Amino acid sequence: MKKINKIQIKLNGRFVKIQDKTTLLSLLKKLKVPIKKVAIELNQTIVSKKSLSKIKIKNNNKIEIVHFIGGG
Amino acid sequence: MKKIDNLIIAKKKYKSRLIVGTGKYRSMSECAKAIKLSGAEIVTVAVRRVNIVDKNKPLLMDYINPKKITYLPNTAGCFNSKEALRTLRLAREIGGWNLVKLEVLGDKKTLFPDMIETLKSTEVLTKEGFKVMVYCTDDPLMAKRLENVGACAIMPLAAPIGSGLGIQNYINIKIIRNQTKLPLIIDAGLGQASDATIAMELGCDGVLVNTAIAKAKNPFQMALAFKNSVVAGRQSYLSGRIEKFLFGSSSSPKKGII
Repeated sequence: MKKINKIQIKLNGRFVKIQDKTTLLSLLKKLKVPIKKVAIELNQTIVSKKSLSKIKIKNNNKIEIVHFIGGG
Repeated sequence: MKKIDNLIIAKKKYKSRLIVGTGKYRSMSECAKAIKLSGAEIVTVAVRRVNIVDKNKPLLMDYINPKKITYLPNTAGCFNSKEALRTLRLAREIGGWNLVKLEVLGDKKTLFPDMIETLKSTEVLTKEGFKVMVYCTDDPLMAKRLENVGACAIMPLAAPIGSGLGIQNYINIKIIRNQTKLPLIIDAGLGQASDATIAMELGCDGVLVNTAIAKAKNPFQMALAFKNSVVAGRQSYLSGRIEKFLFGSSSSPKKGII
């Protein structure tokens, strides 16, 4: 049987385990995040939406997904 | 008749001179209805983490259409330049917004802005192509410095954020009005509709209101009241008020008194 490697990442401040070699795009799709309405940061660097499918998430990566909410 | 009296910010025209915040409402639908009644064309929004646990939480964009209402991303809650820059760069990435409101707070109790960090951030953001509306103290010298580094609107506080105290320093607001051609918008501290009228009568180009509407017992009626008060204040300012006199002068002619 093929062993599935898991890695640990920090997603919006919470530790989460995901499958190794997951791309940012597949993570967002899995989380059902509306991509057009958010911005994504990987290790404090903004990721352009065009390159989401090219970036593979690595162990200990810090990912932030933000959107607009009500505010003053 | 005067030509159409628009509010112009970063070359874009707006009919309404009232900007409203979208925070502190009891629900998204209440917020959306209050905004509609206020007639505001610009609303401030905050940038926060997506709730990845509860995906059914309503989204602001589902209630307020950013194609119809201008979203003004704000850095509320940022206490230094680094946090503010990070927030606004992310905001731009969400939907290409260049028009932003910068707010760098310096004190958790008063929520007064840290003007050194605010000035630094304004300069950096302007160089990056942002159009920066800047929340600031009512200090005319600082307002001038913000203008010099490229701010697109000066937004002095009336009083501490959420305090409802109304304009505390008329003289400084008047001095800032006198020295700048940039849009001057009173941001923070208004408590009731008449506070907005006073701001407009001092010559401000607009006001930004959040708490006074959102936390009113009847936010819908207060949204309408602010809409009308801003219009009234603007018309009053443009009409040119009478001089003030110490003594009375009767309104009826003396001739023909019986």
